Amino acid sequence: MSAGTAPSRGGFRRLLRAEWTKFRTVRGWVLGLAIAPLVIVTLGLVAASGSHTSCGGPTDVCPATPVGPGGEAVDDRFYFVHRSLTGDGGITARVSSMTGHIRKPDVTQGARNVVDGVVPWAKAGVMVKDGTRQGSAYAATMVTGGHGVRMQYDFTQDIAGRPGGVSNGSPRWLRLTRAGDELTGYESADGRHWTVVGTARPAGLPDTVQVGFFVASPGDLTVQQADFGGSIQQSRFTEAIADFDQVAVEGETSGGAWERDDIGVTMEPDGSTPHHPGGFAQSGDTYTVTGVGDIAPLGDGQRIESTLSGLPAGLVGVIVVAVMFVTAEYRRGLIRTSLLAGPRRGRVLAAKATVIGTVTFVAGSAAAGITVVVGTRILRSNGNPVLPVNTFTELRVIAGVAALAAVSAVLAFALGALFRNSAAAVTAAVAVIIVPHVLATTSVLPVGAAQWLLRLTPAAGFAVQQSIPEYPHVISYYAPSAGYYPLAPWAGLSVLCAYAALALGLAVVRIRRRDA
Amino acid sequence: MKRHLSAEWTKLRTLPGIGWLLLAVVTLTPAASAAAAAVVSCPPAGCAYDVPKLALMGVQVGQAIVAVLAVLVITGEYGTGLVRTTFTAMPRRVAVLTAKAAVLTGVTLFAATGAVLASVLAGRLILPGNGFVPEHGQPLLSLADGPTFRAAAGSVLYLALIALLSLGVAVAVRDAAIAMGIVFGLLYVLSAVPLMVSDPGWQKLLWQISPMNAGLAVQATTRLSDLPLSPWAGLAVLAAWAAAALLCGGLLLRARDA
Repeated sequence: MSAGTAPSRGGFRRLLRAEWTKFRTVRGWVLGLAIAPLVIVTLGLVAASGSHTSCGGPTDVCPATPVGPGGEAVDDRFYFVHRSLTGDGGITARVSSMTGHIRKPDVTQGARNVVDGVVPWAKAGVMVKDGTRQGSAYAATMVTGGHGVRMQYDFTQDIAGRPGGVSNGSPRWLRLTRAGDELTGYESADGRHWTVVGTARPAGLPDTVQVGFFVASPGDLTVQQADFGGSIQQSRFTEAIADFDQVAVEGETSGGAWERDDIGVTMEPDGSTPHHPGGFAQSGDTYTVTGVGDIAPLGDGQRIESTLSGLPAGLVGVIVVAVMFVTAEYRRGLIRTSLLAGPRRGRVLAAKATVIGTVTFVAGSAAAGITVVVGTRILRSNGNPVLPVNTFTELRVIAGVAALAAVSAVLAFALGALFRNSAAAVTAAVAVIIVPHVLATTSVLPVGAAQWLLRLTPAAGFAVQQSIPEYPHVISYYAPSAGYYPLAPWAGLSVLCAYAALALGLAVVRIRRRDA
Repeated sequence: MKRHLSAEWTKLRTLPGIGWLLLAVVTLTPAASAAAAAVVSCPPAGCAYDVPKLALMGVQVGQAIVAVLAVLVITGEYGTGLVRTTFTAMPRRVAVLTAKAAVLTGVTLFAATGAVLASVLAGRLILPGNGFVPEHGQPLLSLADGPTFRAAAGSVLYLALIALLSLGVAVAVRDAAIAMGIVFGLLYVLSAVPLMVSDPGWQKLLWQISPMNAGLAVQATTRLSDLPLSPWAGLAVLAAWAAAALLCGGLLLRARDA
């Protein structure tokens, strides 16, 4: 085997060159692979240019979305009762009651339908935060409406503590201490026996921070089937009310009364009256705090992959060219010449697959790169808030979409080699790559069925374009139609790769066994 | 014309694989409908599903096979060079295309009727088991109900129009792979584009011109006033697409060397 390696490697290079020459000298194929990226870029940029968002008001400029320490868009609205703390120290408080109100869909038109209750991720607890600016670093220990005690920091991080809620009979003690850059969260049922919930190192916490207690209550999400397919999501007003007592602060703090901030409260159109304000009341040593809003990463809104609306159309073009790259040889009888020149049939097929995959990857990178980068700029300049992502994620989306195109091309090519019939191969490739994605993202299929389609079929590869991850500690509509795929980006692409490898393997077996 | 029709009928019924394709239309359509009916459920509190549309969901799969059939009817002749013989025997090319379209329409209507009836039957058998019963506010599926009958009959016509659209595209481009790419792009990809733009005006316009969205409006039976097009107007949009494709194909057929 070792003696044969060198010449055969040279042989493969020769095959690659031959296949590349075949590809670039057929005008229709080159044209097809030029049109496909053009479709992606044109559709993406036209859709981006036609998309405008305006927020009304005197300036008609939408307020900037706060950005967390990790660069992600965040929701940072809550009622904070605080004072400053310099150096090491901590806070202890007891939450003795947690109630609230939830607005439900109106039963009679015009009459607000508000019921008592707390939403699962309503939060009440103690916090250390880098000032009161929205999006600044923080760590907090809290009780929630339905998920027990948690320690959360810097929006994306969530550590579970003991389950169970708060009632008058069973209050919950919470403590948060700072030692250098490290914060430790504790909880206790009686204020004597403490359990560590977790530790956190929020990004770049300064020497002087704000320490205090807070309440937040995210909106109640309802999802409705939309008329065009897809869904309409509505987030309805909720508020949480918590009683804090036994509050004790250790360390070098500012004296005097507690400062109060309704952080991030939205204003009525007049610009000065708060809309759904939080509140604070004190009776003896008990503080009653009302909070509205959430402290969490934001998942709603346009994303960088929203610009890739032309991707399925471009992929159809890629599929057609990839299928013809092999079926044309059978139709014209050229395959017999090819196999005479390269009698090791598996290698001929491998060389062809390499050429079509590489060419598509290059075309796909160009298309995705231009569309994502320029399209996002156009969207932002039209006033649309696009959820920010870091450079690594943006590169992953671009390279991933290029890989999606390349692997789809190899799968379509393999189907062409298997069927030796272009109509059958194009139909099969569209049916397994494009149709499941369209059905899962646009039809009336229930979310569960749509998710299984995107786990089991080659359309799982589309997951590679998802730029905003799912957060278990945020309730959102995590459905394919909202841009959330059931598999992680690279896992989804691996499913597609597995299908492509299987089809290519079958094609190699078939070309070896059967007369050309 | 009778001679043309008889020639086209002979060619169509002897096309290799035609029986399998027709069988696929009649089996895969109800199979997909049954799968869709099996995964949904209606709780006692009621649900917002459009039941006839749900039971006819398989049409979205069946149309792909109808498109393949229609494309193969003409590209098969170009692939083997038979088309030159055809035009030598029958020099009036538009008459040949008309005969092809007529025979294809007949065959598609026949298969589509079977497919749609089987889909309705599948929905009638499966849906009540998943909570789609009158007690939950969902009447049982029945063709005696006016809108349901319109949805079913409209779906048969929809499939026939898809066949004509695909034939027109295939005559224009003469290659099976390219024709399939264009037809699938027009159907599936264009149908998803309205969901990807955020501007409501554009969204409505794109929905109205997409042949699949507009054409399948004929299956809608609930909340008709919320649809951008009425059921029959939607089917008319698809008919316009089919007519445009056939016209384009016919003109190219006359102008071009075979």
